[in-house]
Amino acid sequence: MSSRVTHIAANTFREAVRDRVLYNLVAFALLMSGAAILVGQISIGIERLVVVNLGLSAVSLFGVVIAIFIGIGLVSKEIEKRTLYTVLSRSVQRWEFIVGKFFGLAGTLVVNTVCMAIGVFAALLYVSHHFQASDGWILVALYFVVLQFLIVTAIALLFSSFSSPLLSAVFAFSLFVIGSFAEDLRGFASMAHGASKWLATGMAYLVPNFSSFNVIGSVAHEQPVALNLIVANTAYAILYAATALCGAVLIFTRRDLK
Amino acid sequence: MRPSRQVTIIASVALILCLASSVLVLRRLDSMRSGATLKEVLLISSPKVLKRLSLGYDGLLADVYWTRTVQYFGGKHYDGGHSYALLAPLLEITTALDPQLIVAYEFGANFLAPKPPNGAGLTEQAIKLTNFGIQNNPQEWHLYYDLGFVYYMDLKDYRRAAEAFAKGAEIPGAHPFLRVLAAQMAQHGGELEMARLLWFTTYQSTGERSVRANAAAHLRALQVDEDVINFERAIEAYHDKMGSLPANLDELKTAGLIKNVPLDPLGNAYKLTADGRVEVVDPDDLPFITKGTPIGYVPPPPRFLPTDH
Repeated sequence: MSSRVTHIAANTFREAVRDRVLYNLVAFALLMSGAAILVGQISIGIERLVVVNLGLSAVSLFGVVIAIFIGIGLVSKEIEKRTLYTVLSRSVQRWEFIVGKFFGLAGTLVVNTVCMAIGVFAALLYVSHHFQASDGWILVALYFVVLQFLIVTAIALLFSSFSSPLLSAVFAFSLFVIGSFAEDLRGFASMAHGASKWLATGMAYLVPNFSSFNVIGSVAHEQPVALNLIVANTAYAILYAATALCGAVLIFTRRDLK
Repeated sequence: MRPSRQVTIIASVALILCLASSVLVLRRLDSMRSGATLKEVLLISSPKVLKRLSLGYDGLLADVYWTRTVQYFGGKHYDGGHSYALLAPLLEITTALDPQLIVAYEFGANFLAPKPPNGAGLTEQAIKLTNFGIQNNPQEWHLYYDLGFVYYMDLKDYRRAAEAFAKGAEIPGAHPFLRVLAAQMAQHGGELEMARLLWFTTYQSTGERSVRANAAAHLRALQVDEDVINFERAIEAYHDKMGSLPANLDELKTAGLIKNVPLDPLGNAYKLTADGRVEVVDPDDLPFITKGTPIGYVPPPPRFLPTDH
């Protein structure tokens, strides 16, 4: 069972690399080197801040875009190319297919993030000329970004399991935006009354909450990240991604593929 | 020639021609729209709305707005502008997006407070900005220093300046001069001495090259002002004693009115004019001097990043 999931994951990774997904690293490298060299000339006192803020924001945005646009095609592309039928005819369970796809794309994003992280630290070394202990918190911010990717990938896969690629992209991106406003939704719920309060509260807990993963601003200011936040965010990301993945499995196992 | 090769050549030439033409047309468009594109406007003026729209990337957006602020102030300052309508809103947005961006408070106050042409002359906004910074970063002694600096330099409010320096001095790791400054403010010490102490503290405590250079330029200017005041006092005393003006500055030394004849901070000798005034050789190289300039002297546009020597 696990070897079948691993094989599907490895194939998904290979396919993503073949689709030139990692080409985004070139754009990222240009962005970072440009920022590191230019910002010192056009601004004052924020060279290090820009490298951290821009670097981590770009890692996050590039990854979210990849997670959505590759994630939405993971199932539909296999159906379109009819390769899904070959895979499923070889004693691969449908859930194994979904879980394998998830880990394949997650692996691609982790590799992509590691490469970008090297770029961020190289740019940081260029502008600061040395590393300091507080730079270690950047690794925590990158870890949170990866946790965010796990959720977005699972959501993209969930929509991909029953909808067309275009609609899946719209749904997944909308959920990403709503997830960024989740705390506002909770604030709105606390101010509402009656049924709307329950509805808003329910929605606030149903949509993913991405705001707790965002520590880019604080690590840019060399502030530490609390250990309990790391533990809680890890647990939340795993649970939410597992929830979306279970939903995808449930839908996909019942889907008529004829 | 094979048709495919022909197509390649034609397409390549067309690509280059079209790209070059589009650049030319765009340049033409820029010249036609310069008034419109450079119009002072903030499309979204609410910091709260911008923070929401940033989707959590507010730190990056703050950096963008801070760079925009620097460019806005720098451009206006260089052009000798007297109106900085967007400066305060830009700083408000920047610091609302990233309340920990200390550099925005420090430089922001220095952009806002001084009277034109050195700044925007918006002292109240500078105080408001610095207080917002203190509220969000109560352990940053630099902000108390900046607040005291604005109160003293731009408002001559010794009491509030002393309070700000005293509060800053209580913060662990604060520069030891803060206590001295607080005491001097409370006593209303000599203006030149106080200003020298302030700029010296800035020079010593900053890590920013441009701030250090600016402080060094102010210290040089204070030295000139002090030298010229001393010369003028001595010339007056010479006139009272001898009934005529000295032929050169060395005569002041010979008459025992000054101990020695100082050079200006750039190493040049001061000039004595026929009407008994003292001038520096090249006032353009000594920005911020208030004395020792020729009559009717207009300072040149500010230079950026003066060298720190």
